Amino acid sequence: MSQEFRTTSGGRIDRDQAVRFRFGGRDYEGYAGDTLASALLANGVIQTSTSIKLGRPRGIFAAGVEEPNALVQVEEPFPEPMLTATTVELYDGLVARGLPGQGRLANEPDPARYDAMHAHCDVLVVGAGPAGLAAASVAAASGARVVLVDDQPEPGGSLLGTRETGALDWAASVAADLRANPEVRLLTRTTAFGYYDDNYVIAVERRTNHLGAAAPAHLSRERIWRIRARHVVLATGAHERSLAFDGNDLPGVMLAGAARTYVNRYGVRPGRRAVVFTTNDSAYAAAADLLDAGVEIAAIVDARPDANPQWRGVEVLAGHTIARARGEDRVAAVVLDDGREFAADLLLVSAGWNPAGALYSQVGGRLRFDADLGAFRPDGCRQAVEVAGAANGTYPVVGCLAEGTAAGQKAAEATGFTAGQVRPLPTIDERPATPPVHLWALPGDEATQFVDLQRDVTVADIRRATGAGMRSVEHVKRYTTAGTAHDQGKTSGTLTSGVVAHLLGVDVGDLGTTTFRPPYAPVSFAALAGRDRGALHDPVRVTALHSWHEAHGALFENVGQWKRPWYYPQAGEDLHAAVRRECRAVREGVGMMDASTLGKIDVQGPDAAVLLDRLYTNLISTLKVGAIRYGVMCRADGMVFDDGTVIRLASDRFLVTTTTGNAAAVLDWMEDFLQTEWPDLRVRCTSVTEQWATVALVGPRSREVLGALAPHLPVDNADFPFMTWRDTSVAGLPARVCRISFSGELAYELNVSWWDALALWEAVYAAGEPFGITTYGTETMHVLRAEKGYPIIGQDTDGTVTPQDLGMDWVVSKKKPDFVGKRSFARAENARPDRKHLVGLLPDDGATLLPEGAHLVEMETLPEPPVPMLGHVTSSYHSAALGRPFALALIRGGRDRMGERVYAPLGEALVPVTITSPVLYDPEGTRRDG
Amino acid sequence: MAEQTLLRQSPLAFAADRLAEVTRATGGAVYIAELPFLTQLNLRLDPKGPAAEAGALELGVPLPTGPGAATSGPAGSDELTVVWLGPDEWLVIGPPGTESDLAARLRSAIGDEHAAVVDVSAQRTTLELSGPRARDLLASGCALDLHPRVFGEGASAQTLLARAQVILVGRRDGAFRVLVRASFAAYLVDWLIDASVEYRVTR
Amino acid sequence: MMLIPCPWCGPREEAEFHYGGQAHVSYPADPAALSDADWARYLFFRDNPKGPFAERWNHSASCRRWFNVIRDTVTNEILAVYPAGQPKPVIA
Repeated sequence: MSQEFRTTSGGRIDRDQAVRFRFGGRDYEGYAGDTLASALLANGVIQTSTSIKLGRPRGIFAAGVEEPNALVQVEEPFPEPMLTATTVELYDGLVARGLPGQGRLANEPDPARYDAMHAHCDVLVVGAGPAGLAAASVAAASGARVVLVDDQPEPGGSLLGTRETGALDWAASVAADLRANPEVRLLTRTTAFGYYDDNYVIAVERRTNHLGAAAPAHLSRERIWRIRARHVVLATGAHERSLAFDGNDLPGVMLAGAARTYVNRYGVRPGRRAVVFTTNDSAYAAAADLLDAGVEIAAIVDARPDANPQWRGVEVLAGHTIARARGEDRVAAVVLDDGREFAADLLLVSAGWNPAGALYSQVGGRLRFDADLGAFRPDGCRQAVEVAGAANGTYPVVGCLAEGTAAGQKAAEATGFTAGQVRPLPTIDERPATPPVHLWALPGDEATQFVDLQRDVTVADIRRATGAGMRSVEHVKRYTTAGTAHDQGKTSGTLTSGVVAHLLGVDVGDLGTTTFRPPYAPVSFAALAGRDRGALHDPVRVTALHSWHEAHGALFENVGQWKRPWYYPQAGEDLHAAVRRECRAVREGVGMMDASTLGKIDVQGPDAAVLLDRLYTNLISTLKVGAIRYGVMCRADGMVFDDGTVIRLASDRFLVTTTTGNAAAVLDWMEDFLQTEWPDLRVRCTSVTEQWATVALVGPRSREVLGALAPHLPVDNADFPFMTWRDTSVAGLPARVCRISFSGELAYELNVSWWDALALWEAVYAAGEPFGITTYGTETMHVLRAEKGYPIIGQDTDGTVTPQDLGMDWVVSKKKPDFVGKRSFARAENARPDRKHLVGLLPDDGATLLPEGAHLVEMETLPEPPVPMLGHVTSSYHSAALGRPFALALIRGGRDRMGERVYAPLGEALVPVTITSPVLYDPEGTRRDG
Repeated sequence: MAEQTLLRQSPLAFAADRLAEVTRATGGAVYIAELPFLTQLNLRLDPKGPAAEAGALELGVPLPTGPGAATSGPAGSDELTVVWLGPDEWLVIGPPGTESDLAARLRSAIGDEHAAVVDVSAQRTTLELSGPRARDLLASGCALDLHPRVFGEGASAQTLLARAQVILVGRRDGAFRVLVRASFAAYLVDWLIDASVEYRVTR
Repeated sequence: MMLIPCPWCGPREEAEFHYGGQAHVSYPADPAALSDADWARYLFFRDNPKGPFAERWNHSASCRRWFNVIRDTVTNEILAVYPAGQPKPVIA
């Protein structure tokens, strides 16, 4: 492999370390320290792909994150789409190809690890160029905690693309100082991509990407840094821009500064013979470095009329511009505005520089057009932030160093530190700049003048937008898609504003620029997800009995974040068979269930009963110590919010249970009222959800099992009546036993300390064995409660259902002057007879299991839409006790429709069902006492 | 009573071997172990009222008056730690098995004052976290500033670690205690063990 | 991610808080005395200003205290933090 465009010496590559890679099906060689782009250029490859819309050849245009063209798909070691060749560090075994736009994601799971880290600092410096290094150096010397992030493998920024050895030595020394300082974190290969409120900056560190297949598996490949800084210094540099002329998208047209970087940093000549077209001084430095590296400079076309006509023996065509770049798949010649033509394989362009203001704009900083600069620059932000160097429109290195120093000092002082001694700044021989001119679009064929290379947006497209009446760059952006590609308009954004202004004949400054939004550069979803994926995606909450359930074959149901046993299938059983068996066992013998997930709140204080009276719809204060009451809570709008039991432990102490999913919400609800509405009430609430594990012991034989476990506890109905509780000892464990039933059967809830749950469970299981005790899960619990018409809040209700809608007038106190929700019951809306009521449904065929959510209609055949809906099925099960399927539903005026037939459209069929009372099993309540 | 406590099972009893393996795999960079069954009493009272004084006197440890603080004393196996949870709320942490006695003593000391002493010993379990990379391990999932000068011995906070709510207490020698709800403990341990992979020693 | 200054715990990440909507909308002393229209106004009507807005936050992941904040809804700048029950401070 020849690398025939490689210079013989120089650059920051390691010529002793050859790296083999494959691109577009061909094998190449580069060096360690190359990017994919520089290695391709070294091998004479400049075209990477064709364009997304027009299929035109496109080549490497820039040398960094701003690259609009050179999108690549990495195939090996692991597929990754839409990376830019200019930011992919070369490694052995890299296989990639050019992309016309989109790429492909891997089909197989990514084996790499991705993680996140929080960091805090006094001063965050973004960018380790001359300004950023100076700022970090001053801030660090003051004793401040400093984080310095930079997207390159080594600090130095724009200096890396120069031959400023003095400044580069200074940069290396400063970096070494920073690395040695324990209060400084220097993060290379790290792109700050989001700047949010209160100086919160998100960055992505590419930790092992550059190692390819050799990356250690235990280290995260990419890391998201969440950095909270007291003060921020943005030293993000500037991006060079091109302008619109015919054929400005041909491979070989390259930003002048990029060519300079390729030759100096990577030892690569991007071509053999170049024409340089510029509107400012910076391209001369590029031309000089290319010339010294052996690239022929055919001519310099300087748009400024007063430019010196000779430069180092090269003809300077002052006051001229380019008419077009000519060539098939690469620049072959450059034609000037006067018709002169120069043969060249490279056209270096500099139409000025755009301060990289994306982060500043993201967080609400204003960008103002500076007419002298010909670009938008920072102009005020409410964050504690400084902008220094090229990001602020200051381009000479000496100026960057001075501004960086000042910014670092200001940031340190703003956070309470006093600037300390720093390394002397390097001296640099810079000639005073002569003012640039600002050009946006040159005369020619607008359909081949490209503004956004990645999106294939031309001046003609922009003219269509302005012709359609658009006057705002935000509108033009959305109409043409200019600036919406992976590069987010880093090279095209200001140009778009300039071209729109040019076409409309207005001032660019009056037109403004688009607002920038994160991310500044593309970030992989894998990095954003980090370790919050797979089993760690969301917390799985388990009870103390979880491993027992697992060991006994339970299948689990997600209830909020909880895993609850759903049912315990025996060999050959499906859900239906297992639940039928479990239901029968509970109705006919005895069953046990893990009910630990219920929310539990300890409410105590002299005014505890007053609080509960105000929050529950029914009267709680009359509850006797030792007794239990079912209660319902409504929001102020009168809609049911939660339900549960209230246990009176003492005159001033209650234990309240909530539904599984609402434990935190109910506690918040209580605290809200206590803290903000009724601070005079002397009540303290404490969550005890996981202090107590709860085992439900249910069924006609439950009393016998309890009797065996608690021989000293009188368990007769008279001694231990329904809705009372006892503190006792069960299986030798301190326990609170509550006689509560959620199935209509004789039942107990046994509460013990969470850490005693397994001991209790195993004791109950053993004691119940002679009675054929059966473990059951949530599905059976649901069937049993539905047979009794007990609603589940959140399943049979949806925030639009009142207690009256549920047929629970009895739970709404008529005596209390007020409780939360009461006033709403008097609203006309709540008196409407066609409110949806909770009813039971029996499919007429005695066989169809209605799907939950099924709609219900009045008519036997469906009319043309819209079809008037009566309501929907909220719960639906097979019932072993009834020997048929049944359902609960919310139906308009349902209580006045008892016995009526309605229809559930299921597929093509309308299934007839009959409305019944929601209480289908033991309506007399004879089973409750055993 | 002795027999009963033998049957107790802590939320992370099943994870002890995996936690020990973390120390081995990281060459001691990260040490994680469960401290099961610590006494924990949730104390709610008026910080300016007589109950606060009486409670502190009975405990022998002052109630921390401000956020981010934990007070401890005396060092040793009887050590009590009081963590500030809110302007009228503290968590009293003591040795295993002392919850009934301590709660009774506190209630009796406080007398008729309006205060709540609630035994929550089984509600959370405690993880002891130490080793040179313990701080980094926490920083991968905790948004608080854990710099030793900011969050050292005697510091405490209720906050989020990964996606679980925790109480974090700074201990001697750069160690931490992480108190987590029993139902979240398995998740948190899975998360911590996964986080420790980063610090594995490779041979 | 805003940094919300909890009056008790100090500045913490927004993710530790629950939003409570507009502040200074008290539960009426005597709901029964309100007309349907006034009750509906209490239930359903809230301001939605562009600019400073007094709103409730709860530090749910830590001290569980409710407090009030004046936040500029345009810039997210927090202009004042004060305990629940205190009158709304005057913001210039």
